[in-house]
Amino acid sequence: MRISDKFAELGKKGEKALILYISCGDPSAAETVRIAREIIDAGCDILELGLPFSDPLADGPTIQAASQRAIAAGMNTDRYFETCAQIGGVPKVCMTYYNLIFQYGLERFAKACYNSGITGLIVPDLPPEESGPLKKACEENGVDLISIVSPQMSEERMDTIKNKLSSDKSRMTEGFVYLQSVLGITGAREDMRAQLSGVIEEVRALGLPVAVGFGVSKPNQVRDLVAQGADGIIVGSALIKRINAKEDLASFVKSLKAATR
Amino acid sequence: MGAVHELTDAYEKYKDDPKFKRELDYLLTQYAGRPTALTYCENLSREYGPKIYLKREDLAHTGAHKINNALGQALLAKYMGKTRLIAETGAGQHGVATATAGAKLGLKTEVYMGTIDMKRQELNVFRMRLMGTNVIPVESGSKTLKDAINETMRDWVASFPNTHYLLGSVLGPHPYPMMVRDFQSVIGKELKEQMMKREGRLPSAIVACVGGGSNAIGAWYEFMGDKDVELIGVEAGGRGIKGGEHAARFADEKMGRKGVLQGTYSYVLQDGYGQIATTHSISAGLDYSAVGPEHSMLRDFKRAKYTYAKDDEALEAVKILCEKEGILPALESAHAVAHALKIAKDYDKDDIIVINLSGRGDKDINTIIESLGDKTK
Repeated sequence: MRISDKFAELGKKGEKALILYISCGDPSAAETVRIAREIIDAGCDILELGLPFSDPLADGPTIQAASQRAIAAGMNTDRYFETCAQIGGVPKVCMTYYNLIFQYGLERFAKACYNSGITGLIVPDLPPEESGPLKKACEENGVDLISIVSPQMSEERMDTIKNKLSSDKSRMTEGFVYLQSVLGITGAREDMRAQLSGVIEEVRALGLPVAVGFGVSKPNQVRDLVAQGADGIIVGSALIKRINAKEDLASFVKSLKAATR
Repeated sequence: MGAVHELTDAYEKYKDDPKFKRELDYLLTQYAGRPTALTYCENLSREYGPKIYLKREDLAHTGAHKINNALGQALLAKYMGKTRLIAETGAGQHGVATATAGAKLGLKTEVYMGTIDMKRQELNVFRMRLMGTNVIPVESGSKTLKDAINETMRDWVASFPNTHYLLGSVLGPHPYPMMVRDFQSVIGKELKEQMMKREGRLPSAIVACVGGGSNAIGAWYEFMGDKDVELIGVEAGGRGIKGGEHAARFADEKMGRKGVLQGTYSYVLQDGYGQIATTHSISAGLDYSAVGPEHSMLRDFKRAKYTYAKDDEALEAVKILCEKEGILPALESAHAVAHALKIAKDYDKDDIIVINLSGRGDKDINTIIESLGDKTK
């Protein structure tokens, strides 16, 4: 399923997208499949599956630790695609770092995404200025290369992203823009920046739904971001903490989903 | 990315600014003790054949070449209006240099350091703290230089509005490899002038150790166009070229492949999928899985040659340099000494080999005693 179809479907129902991140292979490939099914049943609209990298620069301690556990448990790029192929029902997005894609081969990676039902790709250490070749491989294989935008991004760089998007008009209405709520790295935060509505408005000018992530951990934060105009909310570290502590996932996900309605 | 764009603009703006250059020159000469000496090694030359010289970066303030770059970037940070410096460190030499520059220029300084490195370079941890720097232990990953860089980058993406990341080697995203090279190129400029004055000709070879590669690039850059001068880089061979046992990116054909790490496209030790490999070296400063991108270029264009020296060879070189010339080299620099002595027999009596002695070995005393122990009695 394409991401744009999901946003259209939610739009009709008057809901925003709940996007959840889990680290594939933490604690094992089989558990990832089980956890994914559980959170999809509980209301996850789009599933981000992290392909763990040894040096996850954009991630805080929670996802770093999850990545290390997954790699130690034997996760690798081939097993990642095998695992993802067993999960269905919602659009799937791969989040990983450039070296893993580069070593696998850009074409081959994009094709493997498509073959395992992944229709979006987020690469936090790939700046838009360098994303041309991967963007091309993604486009040829029906995968949206999703841009991350920071709240302090200069107009000049915003224009670079805009140009990348408009290089192919048909892509303008697909995928989403990942807006970082704060400068820095991933990880649950108690306090979040109060005012994002202006930035969300600015980013929406790119012509895509705006999903906000980094630091979101509670239903009231989700509600607040929805009120500020976010089209989607991304939760990762807070969920992984619960997975690691073997806490109840379904009720947590349901409470987050309720806040998007 | 916003942060590196801002830095690139600032560097372009100030690098040729007369006031900036004057201030940096003042710091290098009146504070850091430049130019450093070029020392002729009579005893080694007599024993090994060719004329052997040492470029004495160990005599620079704080005991290594790292101060050249630290003062340059700290001054730039001041010009940019930053109030805080952050840095990574492996051997601690760059951390000490940053702590020093921060103290001198009045900038709050914090240094990330892997906990394994904190243990083996304890002296430098104390030195940093004495200068008012907060040393932040890094427990993630392999707990060495690579992970310290990760943590510093994670700090910087959130703190760049008031903070400068003072990266210590020719690594990371642009403009770092270029900027650090420029600040270190003072080594080669002095070396060329000193050599012409002493010998009236250029050396046959310049040998330097290569971790990230800043001392090597600094010593070589002025000689890039002098095709007759051999440039030889020495990586850390650790316990030998087997997975995880070394940090010789160019020597390991299986694991040392081109890849992207920490914003740089270069040779990286990694597994088949691209997960970054762990490394080992007795010297913390060479214990890193990637190498500066300019070294990759020099290697592929065959302008420089790269080889490695193993832990025990470096230790033996420490001993030889102490006994024959009365100089205690850093374990990093000892890799260059070891290789230079190994290849000396291939050169004529009139040939000149320069070893860039990038740092002094006081910081390594504990490691050296543990390893050489009884042999010194």
